[in-house]
Amino acid sequence: MASPRIVLISGSRRGIGAGLVNYFLALGDTVVGCSRGPSGLSHEQHTHFELDVADEPAVKRMFRDVRQAHGRLDVLVNNAGVASMNHAMLTPVDSARQVLDTNVIGTFLMCREAAKLMRRAGVGRIVNLSTVAVPLRLEGEALYASSKAAVEMLTRVLAKEFSDFGVTVNAVGPSPIKTDLVKGVPPDKMDAIIDQQHIPEWASVNDVANIVEFFARPESRFVTGQVIYLGGF
Amino acid sequence: MRDKQQIIESIYRAIDEFNVLVPPPAQLDKSPSTVLFGEHGRLDSLGLVSLILDVEGQVEADFDMSVSLTSERAMSRDTSPFRSIDTLADYISELLDEQQGG
Repeated sequence: MASPRIVLISGSRRGIGAGLVNYFLALGDTVVGCSRGPSGLSHEQHTHFELDVADEPAVKRMFRDVRQAHGRLDVLVNNAGVASMNHAMLTPVDSARQVLDTNVIGTFLMCREAAKLMRRAGVGRIVNLSTVAVPLRLEGEALYASSKAAVEMLTRVLAKEFSDFGVTVNAVGPSPIKTDLVKGVPPDKMDAIIDQQHIPEWASVNDVANIVEFFARPESRFVTGQVIYLGGF
Repeated sequence: MRDKQQIIESIYRAIDEFNVLVPPPAQLDKSPSTVLFGEHGRLDSLGLVSLILDVEGQVEADFDMSVSLTSERAMSRDTSPFRSIDTLADYISELLDEQQGG
């Protein structure tokens, strides 16, 4: 894997994604971000694409541009995701479709196009974002948890399919972090989730970045199809 | 306008790229009659995946049009588009014509 690495991070404008962009830039990597809105970040090793990860033509155009600009892609972090925190009986089908489109179809498209690019170099690292809502089977997050369970299975199956091309696929499942995603959730609900962790504390973006960076290292060539949850369950 | 020979040349360029990545016994001859997949085919399933990706990438580079060679339609045909280089060229020509409204 050449240095600096070319790292693509989806959902890079806010929250964990923005933190990951800064983390990899601080390591000296070249970072390509994408999200549905513009990025306010100005850095000579950072470029940004505005797109919906479930929009196939837009995703293909972005990967074509990455190939033309850099000739390769070393690391993909599929962080883009939307949540629908609501009782199942109160969840509109349009919300359900949006969650599945962004979280499942978007992750699939990004993985597929990244693998096409990575196979040319015979090496690549894909890291998907899951959530502790999957092992906890959280009430009120039926669609979100289901979509991330699908992401975990994508991770495991793609790890097999892409292994012939030197591409590893892993996932990290963050425990609660103070981002926009959870700001509407009542504090007592969040406390109840955190109390179930072996380490009952809020996680930080750096906790996530640490796992992502572990999966992304060249030395992690033998680590694939794994899901690591933060906090301990 | 493109003709079938241009498409075959594009497939040959993809084969050049493909052959670099595989050992000599698995390399493909650049001839329209080269059998790709199926009985007497040179490719296993992984080889077919790799070749399809190389051909899709080369066709996009040569004709500035994106094609997806693995639609349901392709898979359900009596004669597979992936039988030989000749049948693959015909199928790509069909897809490019459709995109141009031809």
